[in-house]
Amino acid sequence: MLAFTFRRVLVALAVAFTVSVASFLLLHLSGDLATAIAGPEATGPQIAQIRQDYGLDQPLLTQFLTWGWRALHLDFGNSFYFRESVIDLLAARLPITLYLGIIALGVALFVAIPLGVVAAVKRDTWIDRTALAVSVLGQAMPSFWFGLTLILIFSVNLRWLPVSGNATWKNFVLPAIALGYYAMPAVMRLTRNGMLEVLASDYVRTARAKGLPPRKILVRHALRNAVIPVIALSAVQFGFMLGGSIVIEAVFSLQGLGQLAWESIARNDFPVVQAIVLVLAMIYIGLTLAADLLNAFLDPRLRQA
Amino acid sequence: MSLPPDTAALAAPALPPDAPVALAAVPSPTRLILRRGLRHTGFLIGAGILGLIVLAALAAPLIAPHDPYAQDVSRRLIPPVWQAKGSWEHVLGTDKLGRDYLSRLLYGGQISLLIGISAALISGLIGTVLGLCAGYFGGWVDSVVSYVVTTRLAMPVVLVALAMAALVGGSLKVVVLVLGFLLWDRFAVVTRAATQQIRNQDFVSAARAAGLTDLRILRQEILPNIMNALIVVATLEMAHAILLEAALSFLGLGVQPPLPSWGLMIAEGKQYMFFQPWVITIPGVALLLLVLAINLLGDGLRDITAPEARN
Repeated sequence: MLAFTFRRVLVALAVAFTVSVASFLLLHLSGDLATAIAGPEATGPQIAQIRQDYGLDQPLLTQFLTWGWRALHLDFGNSFYFRESVIDLLAARLPITLYLGIIALGVALFVAIPLGVVAAVKRDTWIDRTALAVSVLGQAMPSFWFGLTLILIFSVNLRWLPVSGNATWKNFVLPAIALGYYAMPAVMRLTRNGMLEVLASDYVRTARAKGLPPRKILVRHALRNAVIPVIALSAVQFGFMLGGSIVIEAVFSLQGLGQLAWESIARNDFPVVQAIVLVLAMIYIGLTLAADLLNAFLDPRLRQA
Repeated sequence: MSLPPDTAALAAPALPPDAPVALAAVPSPTRLILRRGLRHTGFLIGAGILGLIVLAALAAPLIAPHDPYAQDVSRRLIPPVWQAKGSWEHVLGTDKLGRDYLSRLLYGGQISLLIGISAALISGLIGTVLGLCAGYFGGWVDSVVSYVVTTRLAMPVVLVALAMAALVGGSLKVVVLVLGFLLWDRFAVVTRAATQQIRNQDFVSAARAAGLTDLRILRQEILPNIMNALIVVATLEMAHAILLEAALSFLGLGVQPPLPSWGLMIAEGKQYMFFQPWVITIPGVALLLLVLAINLLGDGLRDITAPEARN
């Protein structure tokens, strides 16, 4: 287990490094940053001045090393727009996005796991088919449109919940649903398939033969084992949710990391964009690492890989 | 990529001449698959809806009642025909600039389909080549490809796509390229696994023994045998690309006005949705139906071509 952990951490660190190089290159090679910062009306000398001010005239390698060295010390420079340090901006906005992500994941698991269990137990009945239909529909729903539709129904027509902002917990209900439903189909299917497999296993048959009550078998013996891969999947889905929250935050005007990213992109505020890409990637890498280690801890067969 | 039932035949496994399968008494794989397809409800529904959308998008120049770009400020935000103030002149109403909503919806379908197909083609090419190499050669090639896939998965797609589109300048071409270069991960993973499964089979060994080059083995022996899996992934990625394009356009960094992208139509309607909810409902439902149809078709194809692998 120790060797496995060591190997996985090493790979995670390498991936983190590669991602930072890739995100740096993507932003520096897809266009001329100085021209983008200067705006459409800037003259040649102004652009040259900006190029010099921001160190964009340096060789790309020098730029990367400077940026990378500072990033290692959690110094992402100053925002072009806010004139504040990027890390302060991030620290102010990240909690909102994390909060949203956690509620969204909670919503997804709360609906998807029971649905998956019921679908497996009542296999090939109308319940199973309905659950499947819901998951297929969920996968096809554009999240931003779903969010707008939720606003129309629950905020405008029923007036139960606020339209936008992030003042109270009520503001997070609709965005969490809009963000969380996307993870539901995958979690639901994995729970269902896991349960089907476990319910057909010998130890469940033994438990039945012993005459244990069905509910006890279902929760103690079956669900406990079927839920392991679901936990790992949830970690990965949580990472995807943080990345996808940019769209949801835009719909609901939540002042989280995603909203900051969107505004910064529109303002050509690249230090901020770059830092957010890196932070989200790091969170994702950390989550997948945790999921892998958890799986390997619970299932020794995986440690060979 | 209109995939009505008859093209399901294309997804039939193209068995190489030396495949160790005897089909003497069994109906041909093509007919078998067709027969299964006609019994698969999800597949039929998906193929039906997708067929209709493709037809409507292709026939847009013929059936669109108005010019999708023609503005008429005196006819702004006319509601669709089923509402009190609607008229048959504009069946689905008009947008904030007085442009006919039905016509824009029809032309918007062309854009969604075009982006879905082109992005899936580009990402399919990248992912398949990577996956084939990883699965066939194994060893360090496999390690490198797996590493690249892991790295790619760690990058937040929406954010990176938005940032790149913003730098290069959002346009249809940029959206296709950005999505094509970002969405190849699933192709690579599936191709790699499928290639690993068949690389040691007898017909591949035979081809190697016969002195075929690796390139020819990959192209003639392996690729045709993993085509089914690839087509399934292609449908899923097409749906994924269409959803992402809509999201990018909704955020203002995808397809640019006045092009009638469905995501853009929702963005443009957003400020009027409180009083005229249909301005976002109509393009949203269109988007939902298109993606749903493609997903149903993909799931159906997977069941039909590999029924024994299910459950």
